[in-house]
Amino acid sequence: MEFIAPPPIKRLPLEDGAVATEVPPAPGGFTAARRSIGAPQFSIRRMEIDNVSVSYSNREAVKSVSLPVRQGEVLAMIGPSGCGKTTLLRSLNRLTELTRTATLSGRILLDDVDIALIEPTSLRRRVTMVFQQPNPFPMSVFDNIAYVLREQGSRRQRKKALEPKVHSALDRAGLFEEVKDNLDHPALKLSGGQQQRLCIARALAAEPEVLLLDEPCSALDPQSTQVIEDLIVKLRDDVAVVIVTHNLQQAYRIADHVAFMYLGDLVEYSSATSLFNSPREQRTKEYVSGAFG
Amino acid sequence: MESSVATPPAGPAPGATPPRRGKDPVEGSATWQLSDRIGLVICWALGLLFCAIAVAIVVYLMIQGLTYLKPSMLVTPATAGFGQSESGGFADAFIGTLIVAVMGISIALPLGVGVAVWLVEYGRPTALARITESTIEAIAGIPSIVLALFGTVIFSSTALGFLSRTSEGVVFGRSFFAASAMLSLVALPLVVASTREGLSAIPQHVREASYAVGKTKAATTRRILLPASRPQVATGAMLGLGRIIGDTAIIVVLLGATQNFAPVGGAFPFNYLRGAGTTLTNFVYEASPTGNLNQPEKAYAAAFVLLLMVLALNAAVDVVHRRARKVGTWSS
Repeated sequence: MEFIAPPPIKRLPLEDGAVATEVPPAPGGFTAARRSIGAPQFSIRRMEIDNVSVSYSNREAVKSVSLPVRQGEVLAMIGPSGCGKTTLLRSLNRLTELTRTATLSGRILLDDVDIALIEPTSLRRRVTMVFQQPNPFPMSVFDNIAYVLREQGSRRQRKKALEPKVHSALDRAGLFEEVKDNLDHPALKLSGGQQQRLCIARALAAEPEVLLLDEPCSALDPQSTQVIEDLIVKLRDDVAVVIVTHNLQQAYRIADHVAFMYLGDLVEYSSATSLFNSPREQRTKEYVSGAFG
Repeated sequence: MESSVATPPAGPAPGATPPRRGKDPVEGSATWQLSDRIGLVICWALGLLFCAIAVAIVVYLMIQGLTYLKPSMLVTPATAGFGQSESGGFADAFIGTLIVAVMGISIALPLGVGVAVWLVEYGRPTALARITESTIEAIAGIPSIVLALFGTVIFSSTALGFLSRTSEGVVFGRSFFAASAMLSLVALPLVVASTREGLSAIPQHVREASYAVGKTKAATTRRILLPASRPQVATGAMLGLGRIIGDTAIIVVLLGATQNFAPVGGAFPFNYLRGAGTTLTNFVYEASPTGNLNQPEKAYAAAFVLLLMVLALNAAVDVVHRRARKVGTWSS
């Protein structure tokens, strides 16, 4: 049997003396990204993370972190993968409890009440969450919101009675205009960006006080990302917004305060402009300039 | 050591069109080793053989069935008589099949879905979950004749006498109740396996999304997880129903395999359900050339009816799957 010899691998010839160079980073760090957020109109402290540590089995994912969460502001948590930012976010509405090996120490206060004393389902209606993957439920757009508004597993409360609340939730998530003609459309057939806004609408339908967003744009295209970023900025007056993001530019664009975490430690917490432009800590400086992560 | 990066590009000068080849040699099997090609031929042949067997069964039964099946057979009970034209139809067997199918699956479906939900969503303590898993696998492996034998032990006990015919204190243990209960065990493992598959395929973050708006586990299971795994539940129910209507051993042992209904005392549905009866599979067995009735034409007709029932089940599951596709699923 005759095999055809594979063609030789082509390489780009380098001129004598030529060396491959890296593009130097833009001077001045993040001044290139445009801040899409103005100064906050007001800021009220809603949640207080007080010396919180979270461990899985015997691995400590979050180490003694203390942070305030304020309404009127967007708080971004940044850091490389595995630094504990998502774990910290999930502990804010006690979702970490679903992981059997997780243990939490320290206190998290919501309006000065320890969340450990609040019944989990009612806490999770006050502190709702949007996930990385758009995950609408396999039902119509309307039913996705109605599910949140109804009592647990019940089907009580007719469609008509829920209509105003459903519409307002969709409207606040900036989705109503796009879906108002066909609220019976299956939610999973929407585009990725629309699905994610539906998830935000769903989280808002519970009338929460704090909205947690776990990398909400990482599965989306740049246009949908911008729509959602604008939405987040708009929401900060109504709910306290906490967003976890891998995207440093995104944190710079939309956050008022930024917390940089590394290997479970809270390395630096300050306003977005100062964290990105004049970081106090060496590790923050290295991370935001792209030296690692 | 000389770096390969510095190697000047080989091959034709830039601009020259590459030589055209008829077919990409990587795509076709022409360049494969002989053993691989033989393997490929065997796979093809087996695939075709399998199709041929399935088509042969369906076509043969269809021809025979359409030749011999008369609608009157479905409504005429079997009667004693000389020759095939005088011995009536198989109405009792047909209705009997429907009865055990409905009763069997209405036990197996809720039970199976419940067990699957517990295994996937709760599954604590772990040891108990493991034991449950192995038990269900064991049941799946038990031949139905063994289940039938076990069923006679249970259902001929005095305490369960109300479920079957009794005579002077002797419990016969043969009734639609007894047969359906044991048949549901035949279907149960299939329902459990299929439902578990459906539930496990739902990404974890979907559950968390429901918890994160303050829903309990029960509400999430009822309103999100079970509706989302409806196609798999339907598949499990279909496979289970197929096994129920296809089983003969349990029918012979626990249903009495009389050619007609043998109702006993009691109010309307219960007098029949407590009595003995038969199903199509048993009718086919009896009517086949080796059976007691020896009326092969009716055996073909009854077998054709069974086949139609199975095809109808397949079509129904297809509808459920198609509806689910319209609703869509999560991108992974």
